[in-house]
Amino acid sequence: MTQQQALQEYLLRLADSGMILAQRLSELVGKAPALEEELASTNVALDLIGQARNWYEYTAELIDDGRDADNLVFLRDTHDYRNLLMVEQPNEDYAVTMARQFFFDVWHYFTLKSLVNASDERIANIAAKAVKEATYHLRRSSEWVKRMGDGTEESHRRIQDAFNLLWRFTGELVTPDDTDHAMFKAGIGPDPEQLKQDWFGMVGEVAAQATLTTGAEDAWMYMGGKRGEHTEHLGTSWP
Amino acid sequence: MYAQMVETGTKRLKTLEEMSPEEREFQEKVDAETKIEAKNWMPEGYRKTLVRQISQHAHSEIVGMLPEGNWVTRAPTLKRKLQLMAKIQDEAGHGLYLYSAMETLGADRDEEIQKLHDGKAKYSSIFNYPTLNWADMGAVGWLVDGAAIVNQVVLQRTSYGPYSRAMVRICKEESFHQRQGYQILLDLMREGTQDQKDMVQDAINRLWWPSLMMFGPHDDESPNSQQSMVWKIKRKSNDELRQMFIDQTIPQLEFLGCTVPDPDLKWNEESGHYDFGEINWKEFYDVLKGDGPCNQERISTRRKAIDEGAWVREAAVAYAAKQKQRAAA
Repeated sequence: MTQQQALQEYLLRLADSGMILAQRLSELVGKAPALEEELASTNVALDLIGQARNWYEYTAELIDDGRDADNLVFLRDTHDYRNLLMVEQPNEDYAVTMARQFFFDVWHYFTLKSLVNASDERIANIAAKAVKEATYHLRRSSEWVKRMGDGTEESHRRIQDAFNLLWRFTGELVTPDDTDHAMFKAGIGPDPEQLKQDWFGMVGEVAAQATLTTGAEDAWMYMGGKRGEHTEHLGTSWP
Repeated sequence: MYAQMVETGTKRLKTLEEMSPEEREFQEKVDAETKIEAKNWMPEGYRKTLVRQISQHAHSEIVGMLPEGNWVTRAPTLKRKLQLMAKIQDEAGHGLYLYSAMETLGADRDEEIQKLHDGKAKYSSIFNYPTLNWADMGAVGWLVDGAAIVNQVVLQRTSYGPYSRAMVRICKEESFHQRQGYQILLDLMREGTQDQKDMVQDAINRLWWPSLMMFGPHDDESPNSQQSMVWKIKRKSNDELRQMFIDQTIPQLEFLGCTVPDPDLKWNEESGHYDFGEINWKEFYDVLKGDGPCNQERISTRRKAIDEGAWVREAAVAYAAKQKQRAAA
């Protein structure tokens, strides 16, 4: 894998992960549990699509085979998507929606925070804008995890179930592969070890405040999205 | 128009002489174009009419998100997806301002929403029609938002201050939506394949008459209009607004190179307006009372969202109470 290939792979992961999560959120339009949540959830989705567009445009320039951002978004097959498995999981109830968002947001926030200092100026610029949005996303999803965890008996049960359901997809967020290592070495991507520590630190802290338990770090993990091996859910959610 | 057939509870208009001193003072203020504010005295009928109209308007914004939500997951480009989501989000925002304006009159958002879910409150008949192809997203923006703007521009001068101010803000966003909708159709007509052009015509064929119905019944079939006009809640009659809409829309239709399914539509040199055929009023009343293509789906989707979200809202309340308790301890 050349440095250039690694960079394209890495950018597609960022782009596809945001895009597919936004797609899931767009399914909730008109169906959120409160009008205020309708606005907030759409805001997050709009931010993610805007960021994804920036990543896709850069990727398209690097690939340079005549495809543009729209082409990359809409005209690839599922096995060409590089998104994290977490984001393609179905909405289910609002606890699953929010747990998925929270696990992703923690990863996204720390990743972008590091990308702000990327040696690649284009990436640093996109990340600088995106990290502001991701900071808000993380604040919102953390607050909801706490409200649900430390809210009513029912909400506690639901969010704990959601944590248990989605835990097997968290490994992919913090387990580096060759691309992640290559990006770190090139001065672009985050230090994989640091990212893992930060992720577990933040998730543990919020879970404790929310009176929730998390799974084990060494639990069995379902991975493969980053190399194009997806769960059954991607093909049914995406045109 | 997002509010149709709003009941005023008035059978006959009172003359100034028949009014109590308070009523007279109120009416004189309205006549002098002074805005009525939440804390001012107002006749009970005025208050109730406004609650009915503003809640109907708000419900329409919220139910109106659903026909477009149907296509948001399938919007064909990043730009269109962003635009459509942002438009739907604006509608949620409009719902929120309108419910707030309504609450200044002492009504409660949750109670009014419950009435909607129980089938006791109306919303615009237009949202009970299905959106069947992508061109519908253009036609809804152009025709439905277009019809709403004609009505809402006039409502910026409505006599109740909070409603009027909400309208000013809403109108700015709606005109943006209308242009986006028209652009979708224009792009399809200019650059599209024959199938795509046919899709545009199909969308217009299905949505044209329901858009005209948005303005409500003929003036002589609209017993509540007169009182609403005297109170200056309404500023122009249903038929006047409908004519304004048709007059401004037909040139745009011709520019698209499309037609409307009305053999009687023609320019009348003498009146300076378009003549048009008779609306199918039976269909209008059927849809309004619940027998439209999507009435059941729309209400059950909204009811489900609120019912299934109850535990989320309860969690937020319980958490806030615990936090307050902890802060006090």
